[in-house]
Amino acid sequence: MSALPKRRQDATEARLTNLRLPVSGGWTLPAREDALTRLGAMGLPQRRDEYWRFTDPAAFNAVEVAEAEPFQNDDETPLFNELKPIEITFVDGVLDPQARDDLRHEGLQVAFLSSAVETDIHWARKVFGRLEAAGQVPVPRPFATLNTAFATDGLLIRATKPVARPVAIRYVHRDSRSDAILHHVVRVDEGASLTLLETGPAAARLNTVMESDIADNATFHHVRDQGRTHLRQAVTSVFARIGRDATYKSFTMTANGVLTRNEHVVEMLGDDSVAHVAGIAIGDGRTGRFHHDDTVFVTHDALRCESRQVFKKVLKNGAVGVFQGKILVKDGAQKTDGYQISQSLLLDEDSQFLAKPELEIYADDVACSHGSTTGAIDETALYYLRSRGIPERDATDLLVLAFLAEALEEVDDPVMAEALQDRLAGWLARHAG
Amino acid sequence: MLKIENLHVKLEEEDKQILKGVDLTVEAGTVHAIMGPNGSGKSTLSYVLSGRDGYEVTDGTAMLDDTDLLALEPEERAAAGLFLAFQYPVEIPGVGNMTFLRTAVNAQRKARGQEEMSSTEFLKTIRAKAAELNIDADMLKRPVNVGFSGGEKKRNEILQMAMLEPRMCILDETDSGLDVDAMRLVADGVNALRGEGRGFLVITHYQRLLDHIAPDFVHIMADGRIVKSGGPELALEVEKNGYADILSEVA
Ligand SMILES: Nc1ncnc2c1ncn2[C@@H]1O[C@H](COP(=O)(O)OP(=O)(O)OP(=O)(O)O)[C@@H](O)[C@H]1O
Ligand SMILES: [Mg+2]
Repeated sequence: MSALPKRRQDATEARLTNLRLPVSGGWTLPAREDALTRLGAMGLPQRRDEYWRFTDPAAFNAVEVAEAEPFQNDDETPLFNELKPIEITFVDGVLDPQARDDLRHEGLQVAFLSSAVETDIHWARKVFGRLEAAGQVPVPRPFATLNTAFATDGLLIRATKPVARPVAIRYVHRDSRSDAILHHVVRVDEGASLTLLETGPAAARLNTVMESDIADNATFHHVRDQGRTHLRQAVTSVFARIGRDATYKSFTMTANGVLTRNEHVVEMLGDDSVAHVAGIAIGDGRTGRFHHDDTVFVTHDALRCESRQVFKKVLKNGAVGVFQGKILVKDGAQKTDGYQISQSLLLDEDSQFLAKPELEIYADDVACSHGSTTGAIDETALYYLRSRGIPERDATDLLVLAFLAEALEEVDDPVMAEALQDRLAGWLARHAG
Repeated sequence: MLKIENLHVKLEEEDKQILKGVDLTVEAGTVHAIMGPNGSGKSTLSYVLSGRDGYEVTDGTAMLDDTDLLALEPEERAAAGLFLAFQYPVEIPGVGNMTFLRTAVNAQRKARGQEEMSSTEFLKTIRAKAAELNIDADMLKRPVNVGFSGGEKKRNEILQMAMLEPRMCILDETDSGLDVDAMRLVADGVNALRGEGRGFLVITHYQRLLDHIAPDFVHIMADGRIVKSGGPELALEVEKNGYADILSEVA
């Protein structure tokens, strides 16, 4: 670690003191050792790093986990229950063998990182740590590298055919000091399709990585809800590698959470594919600080691909929203259709939205656009609704949901979209005024 | 039913007096028309009655029967039975027209302690009323007023009025932007609600609408006041001679 500036090196070493590579790492060990070496060379992020300009990484670097009281969710049934997903539950980052459905389904293979030593899973070996490593250029993502080295568990999930039922990872948070590092690996084979749901707050502090390898003609839908715990902190990194004629859609809903950094790295490597990454974050500073950061990097390295980034945030009582989004179109990636929109609705003057949208284009025949806006509730629209008898609170909620609609439209399944909309409406009702 | 007395209104942000003592009474079952030059304060009167921000009432009262309108929030005025068809209907992206109307109908019912309308009943009612106004199913599904033509927006206002069945209806230049056929549809919509103890205040620049909706009384507003009131013949006089004669006569 000698090449690093002292502060960065000290911080990195401090964070690593209590972490050990798993003895039972089996086939994952080489990748973990490689990650540890890479982490040593890059060090953990510091406040002054350009990529962390808007979000202080200190809480993720801290050796001690800040306490987060688990949230007792007794007024809602588990999200997406009506879809009857195949469920796998992690409690504070530990697999709960009781709450695990039968995982034998047509076209589906599921294994666990924690039992890697027992089985050599060839397909996962080609993905685990590889997509994460590839995603370190041009911007380092040290928390993902730390995750590859030290993840204690995670799903290794492969679809060899279209999988009829969605798979849901249910996260349960019980311990106010839990510190979870989970690493999921997803492979969707040629012609296969899979829907993966993630719901709930995983721990007081969470670091997750999801590496998704989406083959030619494959479809992968990823929908997650990061749970209602107020003081939890999460840094998540999703790496998606997309083949030819493939579809990738990822949607994240975040309500509450004192600190969230969701990184998303998408590489479009095959021609004629589609990748959409969307998110809704709603935060109320009154129930605890709320700082939510979406950092997205989409690379076009193939012909005629379409990418969309749609991120909407609703912020009140001093909540802070961040969006850093980039579309990189490599030389030769002609006919790229890239779109990026990031918008925030500030419900008062104390809240804040910081955005850094970027386009970097090296091909000459492309259509790329990006936009970012910050605004308040439209007073004229509010008056119009009220003049028809709709009370101010309900009228405001209608306008907030209307603002969020474009992002929610990114969820293809109408049942899922409606379930998410209900949760958003519920949140608005609880956070009125 | 609607009794406005000595209403003085200024802009909240500026020291500009717009209404300078409006007196007007609309009895139940009657239709009153207000005409007047551009900028005389007709829309301001309708906004102030419906509770729009940005205006300050410096003097006077506005009562809907026993209800002091000026003391209420806009939604409470609506629940009390007041309706304004806007001169410039507002576009609301992301809110479906149908959702909007169902929410409004049920919010008013709730405020009055009535039961909510079931979705089947609502659908049946809205389909029938939309058909009468030549509003197709597609317009009902689209976001409120977004991408509607000028005339479609005005018809959508009348659809809202028909669904909400208010007691006191103010129509602010609902005729502007309407083609001849649409004007007839709108007038039919108004006439269908006429009577039954309802009051109408129809703001217009043209006799054309009044051909279809025969008013009981016509008022001329100028510089923030009602300067002349009369019967339907007053509108014909304006149509023929403009405002110059009337204004010099009252000056
Ligand atoms: N919010 C405002 N800010 C500035 N001026 C205003 C505002 N509202 C009204 N006014 C002014 O008040 C006066 C009356 O306006 P109002 O819209 O009520 O007129 P009107 O009689 O409806 O005119 P028209 O026939 O053109 O619709 C105008 O001079 C207008 O410019
Ligand atoms: Mg006007």
